[in-house]
Amino acid sequence: MASSTHVGGSPLPPTPPQKQGRRRRSTSGIRYPRWFWPLFAAPGMLWLALLFVLPVYVVLAIAFGTIDPLFRTPVPTWYPAWWDTTQLRVVLDNIFGPGAYLGPAFVRTFVYVACASALCLALAYPVSYFVARYAGRRKVFYLLLLIAPFWISYMMRLLAWVNLLSTDGLLDRVLVGAGLIGSPVNWLDGRPVTVVLGLTYGYVPYMALPLFAGLDRIDANLLEAARDLGASRARTFWRVTLPLSRQPILAGLVITALPMFGDYFTNDLLSGSPSTSMIGNLINDAIGTPGQAIQGAVLVVLLLVILLLPMLWYVRASNREGAR
Amino acid sequence: MSEQAARSQEALPRTSQEPAARRRPVALPAPLGPWLTSPWRKPRFLEAFTVLYLAWSLLPVGVAALFSFNSGRSRSSWQGFSLRWYWQDPSLSVWHDPELHDALVHSLRLATITTLVAVPIGVAFAIGVDRWRGRLARGASFQMLLSFVVPELVLGVALLFLVSNLFRFVHLGAGAQILGLVTYQLSYPAVIVRARLLSIGPEYEEAAMDLGASPAGALRRVLLPLLWPAVFASAVLVFADVIDDFVIVRYLSSDAATEPMSVKIYAGARSAPTPALNALATVMLVSSLVAVALGVLVYRRLTRGERGTSAVADFASQL
Repeated sequence: MASSTHVGGSPLPPTPPQKQGRRRRSTSGIRYPRWFWPLFAAPGMLWLALLFVLPVYVVLAIAFGTIDPLFRTPVPTWYPAWWDTTQLRVVLDNIFGPGAYLGPAFVRTFVYVACASALCLALAYPVSYFVARYAGRRKVFYLLLLIAPFWISYMMRLLAWVNLLSTDGLLDRVLVGAGLIGSPVNWLDGRPVTVVLGLTYGYVPYMALPLFAGLDRIDANLLEAARDLGASRARTFWRVTLPLSRQPILAGLVITALPMFGDYFTNDLLSGSPSTSMIGNLINDAIGTPGQAIQGAVLVVLLLVILLLPMLWYVRASNREGAR
Repeated sequence: MSEQAARSQEALPRTSQEPAARRRPVALPAPLGPWLTSPWRKPRFLEAFTVLYLAWSLLPVGVAALFSFNSGRSRSSWQGFSLRWYWQDPSLSVWHDPELHDALVHSLRLATITTLVAVPIGVAFAIGVDRWRGRLARGASFQMLLSFVVPELVLGVALLFLVSNLFRFVHLGAGAQILGLVTYQLSYPAVIVRARLLSIGPEYEEAAMDLGASPAGALRRVLLPLLWPAVFASAVLVFADVIDDFVIVRYLSSDAATEPMSVKIYAGARSAPTPALNALATVMLVSSLVAVALGVLVYRRLTRGERGTSAVADFASQL
């Protein structure tokens, strides 16, 4: 107390001790040996270097490598200066060229992912909005149900729909019983609608949670102020809530679209027909076929290039959030 | 002006919402008007939408689980309750079919080992990167987040190529699967513990060291107890997530014996389905739900007395 008035000469006692505290905090790190904290991070960094960065490099080395003429196995080229772009050109030709048989799958992927992401947003926004703002005492209950699909295996959720949608499944029974359709429809024989709805069903929880977290964080006082100043409910939503939820919406769209681009099992289980196959199916089929590993690697590289910007945006956005 | 005033006067007894009535000169149908303009109106439409959404997202799974108790072979017509597909059937039930039984055991083994490896590494990483400021640390945490958002397909294929071209000493099967799963799951504990560290701040540790603790002592006696809830939550998340994992585990499996539950379901769903598959999926569902439910309960105990909201909301915000 005495020292504080002495140093600052100010009549307000709380300020100088606070300053002192802050100064002490910033220098206290010196007491640790220099290697102390890096040592903690080292195992994780080593692990990621060996099993995350290196594998991606191996994919590049194989995509730009050659094929063993005898065994048809890929021979990676480790040195970047010797990389061979023959396979890349072959694949690009198959996507954009005249006899392109891979092109439709790429277009389809973008269309399906766009439709499914839009549907996810349209379904998840009202639900998250309700749970965040109006659920009241039942908030925790609703939240539990909202999270539950996360902990139900994706395969089980797909299996459930395979059961329901097959020709002797419950959906056809109900529809035929109600007289809406004459004979049972096989919903699983390569219908784009089934695949898009399947993707929506599979990934909508990834949209709901960031939206809920973002909407829950909006200060209720802001909404109250808007209402006090005469804005109607709709206007308050349009001018206050929606602008404030722009970041969660973007984050939700990215975090649902990224795994959809790498999805092949939804398509396999709900359609199984090449007429609906996506980039993920192309990659999975190439990996499963002997002699096609290089094509698979090239497709993975292309997928990474497509997704690089959204991935970097998401990482930067969540880093900024953590720093705040 | 006087006309408007008169109209609002007129509206007053009807709505008791003078400003709303004035802004909306076009009169709404008499019974609907007050209901629409009332600021205390319950959002019934939103609530109905939410309930329908939850039914759509959860009922199909409930139906699938229900039919695992069917006594017949059908998965769409109910033929009576039985535990036939769990263990009564001598050859086709989950318990007696060696393939399904092995898949169950293998899933649980992978989940346990991955959790035990990934959580300590991830927690240490989070502590290290949080306290060690510098360009290298920033780069490392960037990399960690990147491994969080990269599609599993990319990582799975990349790891398959790594194991078959460079790390030939790692054999496909349980070993490769654990390496891959730990890589994919490492970011969970790292991200969750990092968030907790940011909210704790350095003060407690500094107080401990001012009172004479060594850096390691302060870490062990002060910081770790504070981090414990986050460590626990991330362990539960990793465990439940590994049980459900499909892509990495499938690419890195060697034969039928190293295929876990999710791969069996994928392989059987369209080809030869019996309710035994539903039973397997139900076992999977129950094991991850039990893990998470235990997680929420213990998390609530660990964070008791802290101000803040519910454990569930905390859990949700950590995803």
